[in-house]
Amino acid sequence: MSVEFLINALAAGLLIGCFYAAVTIGISISFGFLDIANISHPAFVIAGSYAAYLLNQGVGIDPLLSGLLLTIPFFLLGCLFYDIYFHAFEQHGREGLSGLAFFFGLMFIIEVVLIMIFGVDFRYVEAGYLNSTWRLGFLDLPLRLLIPSLVAVLLFVALQLFLSTTFQGRAIIAVSQDPSALSLLSIRPRRIKRLAFGLSVASAGLAGALLIMIQPVEPSIGREYIGRVFAICVLGGMGSLPGTLIAALLLGVIESLTSSYYGPAWAPAVSFTFLLATLTLRPRGLLGR
Amino acid sequence: MRMPIFSLLALVVAAALFAAFLAIGNEYLFFAGYVVVQYVVIATAWNILGGYCGYVNFGTGAFFAVGAYATVALHKLQNYSENNFPPAVAEVIAVIFPLPIPVLILIGGLLSGIIGLLMGYLTLRLRGVFFAIATLALAVVLQTLVVNWDYVGGSRGATILRPPTTSLFGMDYIHYLFALMLLLAAISIIIARGIERSTFGYGLASIRDDELAAEAAGVPTLRLKLACTAISGALMGMAGAPFPYYVGYVEPASTFSLIYAVNAIAMPMVGGTAGWLGPLLGSLTLGSLQQIASVTISSEASLLLIGVILVAFVVLAPRGMLGWFDRLRPKRKGMVATGGGH
Repeated sequence: MSVEFLINALAAGLLIGCFYAAVTIGISISFGFLDIANISHPAFVIAGSYAAYLLNQGVGIDPLLSGLLLTIPFFLLGCLFYDIYFHAFEQHGREGLSGLAFFFGLMFIIEVVLIMIFGVDFRYVEAGYLNSTWRLGFLDLPLRLLIPSLVAVLLFVALQLFLSTTFQGRAIIAVSQDPSALSLLSIRPRRIKRLAFGLSVASAGLAGALLIMIQPVEPSIGREYIGRVFAICVLGGMGSLPGTLIAALLLGVIESLTSSYYGPAWAPAVSFTFLLATLTLRPRGLLGR
Repeated sequence: MRMPIFSLLALVVAAALFAAFLAIGNEYLFFAGYVVVQYVVIATAWNILGGYCGYVNFGTGAFFAVGAYATVALHKLQNYSENNFPPAVAEVIAVIFPLPIPVLILIGGLLSGIIGLLMGYLTLRLRGVFFAIATLALAVVLQTLVVNWDYVGGSRGATILRPPTTSLFGMDYIHYLFALMLLLAAISIIIARGIERSTFGYGLASIRDDELAAEAAGVPTLRLKLACTAISGALMGMAGAPFPYYVGYVEPASTFSLIYAVNAIAMPMVGGTAGWLGPLLGSLTLGSLQQIASVTISSEASLLLIGVILVAFVVLAPRGMLGWFDRLRPKRKGMVATGGGH
């Protein structure tokens, strides 16, 4: 194998890693900060993909723009689901078994509804720039990968800034550490958690639009992302956004190398090995607190 | 009820059910009944870990598929050995094979149990949610392995030709499979009830209620959890082992289907997770409901129905159908309590 091949595989891995970070950031917020194991997150991502597909094919809206527009309804949806979750589970201390079953059922419902509406065919979006590729010497940078990756990085930086500089953002970090101290500052933990969960689902909507720009989508591919996002979230260290980015890039590169050298059919196994190795060897993750 | 009496009763009920099916004589009833009874095994198995110990297994499809693919692999071994093994070995294999289904069930159970043990050993020391996520990922990875494994047909799948009758009393093959699955269901219910009322079961309950306290009180939590995962996984694998002979054609997408995981969770949750009766009740109602809905409406609609019922029960009736009766019971107790104090 040539050096050019290796470098191209590395570049593709880094780009796809940025995108993985965008899919995972929502999990990092809900699972890392709020301790809500939202396993339906990837299903929300796929729902976002299909919403972007509808807006693109029906009204002709640019997928990037529709991704931004989608954050609003997805945010509201997230707030709604947090309220249900709070009333049904968190309030009674039943997060474990029932909470997990709830999100699992939600994931299944989303997948089945998408199959009933759209079937199992692959769907994709169209935009003029998606078909061109930048060439830097021997390095190929397809725009359908480059643009979503850049947007993913922007999303990541924006959320990191929000969490570390604004009052609300810092309250989200605080609520994961000491909710009662938050109450003493007359901030209601429940409202902060609702805001955080809304943001997490909103990021899934945008990530979904990015996903369908990168590759054609069918309802069940969300499942491949479950292993991926939790592997990244755990490896990065729960509740550490920089850790999430590093872990996402690492997984992206390793997956890209695996599929370049051994064939794409083996790629899904990589994330699982990652996850198991992390859980066994270093459950706190790379940058865990 | 004493354990031997209960066991005998369970076996008698299973035998009576089989006799009743034979008396009705409708072949479709056996086909549909097999699936429902298979879910009794799966739901009971899931509940041994989920309901008794509080650890959620999302990988039911994977454990089930391990059993099913163990059967496929062994089934293919006979032809494979003729061409690839030394003649002496091939001759031995030709004598032993095809293996009787009860043996295949034991092998499938053993393999699934070992996988449960390994998974548990790696993840059960952490918080329960990590175990749940790991089982979810396990399904994806095992499916990847099978898709890439040409010997069992890869993503194309494998066809298993089922003989029309068994050598045993010349019984119709579907009747035979149904009888075996009924027996397996009775055995898993007996195991579940046995665990419930043993020291092992009390240990599991203490883990479910407060693992830290259990550990502090000297309960060997890791060992109990591992045993529990192995038993639960083994039963799921046993339910999967006869599956290739039932469907005749096995391919990864349907064998690893998420529907097994959803049903495995939904059935105990709908019935009630506290004891052996809940999964039985849940699997009989939901299993029959699915059979009816997929015939009368569509198979997608029946899937959607299960998902909606699961979410509705988890949110609105967290103690399942048996919880409805619990509401009646404390009232009576309450009346006594006002008289005699509590």
